[in-house]
Amino acid sequence: MDGEDKKEKRPGRRLWAIAAAVLVCLVLSALIGRYPKPFLTPLSALTDNEMARSLIVHLRLPRILMAFLLGAVLSAAGAVFQMIFRNPLVDSGFLGVSQGAAFGAALGFVYLGGTALGVQASAAVFAFLGLAASYFIARRIRWGDWVFRLVLAGISIAALYSAGTGVLKYLADPHKQLPDITFWMLGGLWSVTWPDLWQVLPVAALGLAIMLLMRWRLNLLSMRDETAFSLGLAPGRERLVLLAAAVAATAVLVSKAGQVTWVGLIVPHIARRLVGSDAQRMLPASMLIGGIFVLICDDLARAALSGEIPLGILTSFFGTAVFIALLSARKLRLKS
Amino acid sequence: MNGGPIVSIRDLSFAYSESGPEVLRDLSLDIGAGTICALLGPNGSGKTTLLNLILGWLRPLAGRIELDGRAGPALTRREMSRVLGFVPQEEPSGFELSVLEYVLLGRAPYLGFLETPGAEDRRAADAALEAAGIRKLRGRLLPTLSAGEKQLASLARVLAQDPLIFLLDEPMSHLDLANTQRICWTIESLRDKGKTVVFTTHDPNIASASADTVVLLLKGKVVAAGPVRTTLNAANIKTTYGVDAEIIEGNGRPVILTRLRKR
Repeated sequence: MDGEDKKEKRPGRRLWAIAAAVLVCLVLSALIGRYPKPFLTPLSALTDNEMARSLIVHLRLPRILMAFLLGAVLSAAGAVFQMIFRNPLVDSGFLGVSQGAAFGAALGFVYLGGTALGVQASAAVFAFLGLAASYFIARRIRWGDWVFRLVLAGISIAALYSAGTGVLKYLADPHKQLPDITFWMLGGLWSVTWPDLWQVLPVAALGLAIMLLMRWRLNLLSMRDETAFSLGLAPGRERLVLLAAAVAATAVLVSKAGQVTWVGLIVPHIARRLVGSDAQRMLPASMLIGGIFVLICDDLARAALSGEIPLGILTSFFGTAVFIALLSARKLRLKS
Repeated sequence: MNGGPIVSIRDLSFAYSESGPEVLRDLSLDIGAGTICALLGPNGSGKTTLLNLILGWLRPLAGRIELDGRAGPALTRREMSRVLGFVPQEEPSGFELSVLEYVLLGRAPYLGFLETPGAEDRRAADAALEAAGIRKLRGRLLPTLSAGEKQLASLARVLAQDPLIFLLDEPMSHLDLANTQRICWTIESLRDKGKTVVFTTHDPNIASASADTVVLLLKGKVVAAGPVRTTLNAANIKTTYGVDAEIIEGNGRPVILTRLRKR
């Protein structure tokens, strides 16, 4: 019995360890950069160097917090999508959301003057339209269960948006607009300031709060619909609330950060390995690990070279590496 | 056996789509409170559909279902979940919940919308694991269980839910002899506590050995319904399955012998 109790408490302790790692990463990230010298800012600079202090407060801090928020939102949304669709290989890009954001951004660059506000608003609006279109098409399909219909509708909307983005790229001015679109799609946080953070925070925080509060119900929603129904849930309605929360939070962040891929797909798998599959712990663990993952990638993006490396390239690179490692170690996981 | 019907079905018809064939036709049936009722019938006779209709997951095309004298929709979803518990034939186990975490899901009807299971729910889950005889599996992950162990875990989940009426779809299809006996005994002690159990099975002998009443279904209609002894006779077996059977008695209950060799 004692042994059993000990084993059950282990995931809880791991969650606290992850939370502690978050704090360490946040503090270290504030000291990582290219000024006053490459890589680590000496602590003495905080007192002696007015410029370094100002740089940390006005540029590094908002960017660090945005990177953490981006990772937390993408990972929480990925975990929610995987459980709702009972499929470990989906993320929030699944219902035409990422492709919608990409299409919206391209439209912003080509036809809305390419201003930051125009591109971001257009990306957010089309991301949400992606979810709405997937949802309504799924309702019109007359066969298959709910999850299957949403998946089918999502795939077609995503393909439609990709085609539309292709058309916009073809129409774009190859000297200015096309590079802008391409760079946006690679993702990055180089232009983030405090006002950017305040703009996304309300929606992102609300989305995260809804996902966190409903986390135990996610376990129920990963069962068969009949089972969830027999346990007092309205599975269709509760899924929609969670999807809307996940997509809204993702859409506002993707509108600022561009396409940052693979985070939502792999981080929930890492979280499951560390704290188990019960969403009660897995969801908060995903948020924290996702935050750390994007934060570290963004530290590399801004400090590894003298020029900025697009964030999406780094998350894809490290994401796929971790993913392949996870896939090949799958048997190990079943024993834990 | 107790008094009046707890499930009362009148003139029930159902089809999966408006233009599709009727899966159930003008079906009327009473299930007594505090009894064990087995639904028998060949594949596609409408057993699972009937369970889903009683559950309220499917809506009838015509007719009505009353639970304890009240129409099902008169209750809220949460109230319903304390009246009816359901175990489907198979549960997905793509995500690696432990058996304990899975059994705890059965406590949802007793938790507020944003509440998570507490100490009392853990006690209920442990008691349910004990009753299903799978205490030693509590830390195991669902995908690592055998089909039979999964069925026992599902039974434990619905025991933790503690509803008035248990709807079990093929609860013994993957079980060995010892575990079949365990489920039958568990069902019997539920009945002794005043609960009602409705289960489907393909095996008339399991129905005969464990149920109080049986309902024989064929193509969405009731062939016969009533106490095991009088209902499970050679004529009804022939009508339902199209098979000649010899009925002998064992332990005071009918035993259905069918010829499984050509000669």
